[in-house]
Amino acid sequence: MDRRTFFKAAAASGLAAANLPFLRNIAHAQGRQQAVIVTGGSINSLDIHRTGTNRPSYQVAVNVYDRLVSFGVNQRDDGSYTFDYSQVVPELAESWEVAEDGKSITFKLRQDAKFWDGAKVTAEDVRWSFERALALGGFPKSQMGAGGFVDPAQFVAVDEATFRVDLKAPSKLSLPDLGVPVAIVINSKLALKNATDADPWASDYLHRTPAGGGAFKVERWDPGQQIVYARNEDWTCGPVPAMERVIVREVPSLSTRRALVERGDVTLSFDIPNKDAKDLKGSKTVKVVGSPIANCIHTLCPNLTFEPFKDKRVRQALAWALPYQQLFDQAAYGLGVPLWGGDSTTPQDISWPQPFPYTTDLDKARALLAETDYAEGFEVPLSFSLDFADWGEPAAALIQDSLRQIGINVTLEKIPGANWRTIALVEKRLPLLLENFGGWLDTPDYYFYFSYLKGNLFNASNYDNPEMQTLVDETLPMPVDAPDYAPNVRRMIAIAIDDLPRIPLWQPTLNSAMAENLDGYEFWFHRQIDARPLKFEA
Amino acid sequence: MGRLSLVAGRIALSLPTIFGVIVISFLLTRALPGDPAAYFAGPTATPESIAEIRHSLGLDRSLPVQFVGYLQDLATGDLGQSISTGQSVMSDILTRLPASLELTFLALFMSLVVAIPAGILAATRPDGVIDQATRFLVTAGVSLPTFFTGLLLLFIFYFKLGWAPSPLGRLDILYLSPPTVTGFYLVDSLIAGDLETFRAALAQLMLPSITLALFTMAPIARMTRASMIAALGSEYIRTARAAGLSRRMVLFVYALRNAMLPVVTTLGMVFSFALGANVLVEKVFAWPGIGSYAVDALISSDYAAVQGFVLSMALLFVTLNLLIDILYTLLDPRIAHEN
Repeated sequence: MDRRTFFKAAAASGLAAANLPFLRNIAHAQGRQQAVIVTGGSINSLDIHRTGTNRPSYQVAVNVYDRLVSFGVNQRDDGSYTFDYSQVVPELAESWEVAEDGKSITFKLRQDAKFWDGAKVTAEDVRWSFERALALGGFPKSQMGAGGFVDPAQFVAVDEATFRVDLKAPSKLSLPDLGVPVAIVINSKLALKNATDADPWASDYLHRTPAGGGAFKVERWDPGQQIVYARNEDWTCGPVPAMERVIVREVPSLSTRRALVERGDVTLSFDIPNKDAKDLKGSKTVKVVGSPIANCIHTLCPNLTFEPFKDKRVRQALAWALPYQQLFDQAAYGLGVPLWGGDSTTPQDISWPQPFPYTTDLDKARALLAETDYAEGFEVPLSFSLDFADWGEPAAALIQDSLRQIGINVTLEKIPGANWRTIALVEKRLPLLLENFGGWLDTPDYYFYFSYLKGNLFNASNYDNPEMQTLVDETLPMPVDAPDYAPNVRRMIAIAIDDLPRIPLWQPTLNSAMAENLDGYEFWFHRQIDARPLKFEA
Repeated sequence: MGRLSLVAGRIALSLPTIFGVIVISFLLTRALPGDPAAYFAGPTATPESIAEIRHSLGLDRSLPVQFVGYLQDLATGDLGQSISTGQSVMSDILTRLPASLELTFLALFMSLVVAIPAGILAATRPDGVIDQATRFLVTAGVSLPTFFTGLLLLFIFYFKLGWAPSPLGRLDILYLSPPTVTGFYLVDSLIAGDLETFRAALAQLMLPSITLALFTMAPIARMTRASMIAALGSEYIRTARAAGLSRRMVLFVYALRNAMLPVVTTLGMVFSFALGANVLVEKVFAWPGIGSYAVDALISSDYAAVQGFVLSMALLFVTLNLLIDILYTLLDPRIAHEN
């Protein structure tokens, strides 16, 4: 007797009386197009602009609000769907036009777009929302800044249905930056009704009560437990979602999440560890969908303020000594894209991330180290954040083993999540660390901007190279079809390969496990669940 | 005089303790190595945006100024705003403490129902079969880590057998929480007269509370056994037996009542470490309790939440100790007459 027949028999005989409402619940859920999603993260605000809003909360901005634009979706070879950065598509804007000098973009808003309360979406709502993103400071402000939006005067409501942004200088990042989760359009009239003198941007109100016009409304939010989305039947910025209701439950324990999805009691377990993804691949009841995370690399970062790592040859010795294949098999469970063993030190194309030309060659590593002042080896602590211990811990242990063989004695240091940001990224004082930055906007120069320029947050290696600085400054605003773009990016990659302030290990994937009959799951750069396209197969 | 003045005295004595807890929790949270401003500045933080957030959280003011502000807020009953949950600490604690307490009380109840009879039986026949069986059960219970017991029970009763409901917190998805009166779902659903929700809440509670009960049985059973053995060997029991009192009378009236004093003391301690052990059980069963709240707050350097948690725990334990003192006076009339 397998467990299903047992369960049925038990229910029939009345043994499992306590479970009856529960059984009814599953039948209920499927009849009503209701999805139950489990995640490990906890939503702490319904307002992405608010100070202190954490990453898991970005899903609310994705599902509940509209942006002017969004990105297209492609089907990958394995049948899964992923966003397409190269294709900016309308969401709230019906069309747009970039001025000839590239210094302004004019958007025409959809005429039929309405907020939930029935009010028409106007250009003034867009202007107010963008100004709010700048005014509240912190993350929304710096993300808007990445698109070249730094001054509220840049946002102009021309008439009710026409909105214009003026740019200080043309930039290829401006338009895509209006498709990221922070660039939401809020119902300004409703928000202003709930604003006070002390709180002119209605932060207290929007924190708990979203005011938008997106595909889903928030039916219920129990902080620390669940959020329940209900479909907006009148949504016009895209096809009305197939799911009437989507319940996102917070379940901290990985094992519990796995048991829930394996037993078929939940529809989707979002962002599962690689180990589970590998184990569940053969399962009959659950399907696993994984996509490489765009513009994201798991790296080993030698800090250039640490004396031995000032010497480029020591950094290269590290790169030759890493057990790449083992790391990929045992820390990534074989899921991801290998980034070692490339063909040449001068990149042939501008694909990113791309394999660096290093492999595991301990003799080469020893020879390089012998040329330096550190032929005898040295001691160094290797740190990683407990937030990514699932791959960080095995990776660090393997690296420790391997580096010992070239005379570098590594001690391991685990650092709790909150302290990690401060120590690793803000103070940048860890001598050797694992890091996993991924850029939302998917161009290589954007990656280099955040992680190879002096003072920028993800440059945990304290790398400082004037040539890189000039290249990035020049290339960042440049359109991808400009004549200098490809040569500049190739040069950046060549510098990264030779100078090695960051040693790529592999490109990670984001995996989710879901019911066999769930369709439409899409991977997005923001790494949050987009419930809008989800549907059950007929 | 007597009982009332004793209680008043105890309350007066607890005031300095509470003030001490306020000072220490304030200083300790400030000594945490993490920087909440950096943590909450998000993925594209710049030094300016971190400074802006530090200012908006009031963390750029000097420690004494922050402390006075904190005391003023406390005086008005405001525990501050938690940055990691985005709610006021007071509302967080009011929703989460009952969840933990309901779980802990039920677990302690289960534990007492099993451990005290087992301890008494073990004491009446030391090294007998029941004694050995109890010893085995409680040793196993206390030596298995709670998250392991929890996962094991989940694996068997939810995953393999399908008897337990899905471990999705206090209520399954189908049910809405009953109108809040006490915050205890079992009590609130009964008040609302909703038996179906009561049954659903109880079903969700079973596995986590059994997990916790297994963990807390050991000290209670061992203490009951030891103090019963001591009591049964004492002279007044010999006298009682010699006077020809019935076995039941001797055991339950003379021995048990005297043996209960150390058990009640132990119970206070068990309660406190059960609340601590809650954290792991809460994580496994997605239980929205106070333990996982405190740990998450600590990890994200959420000062207000950590302080609020420490303070509410301090108040809880002061109350608990007071209750135990009062219970003593009921069990042992000498204490009330000491003064």
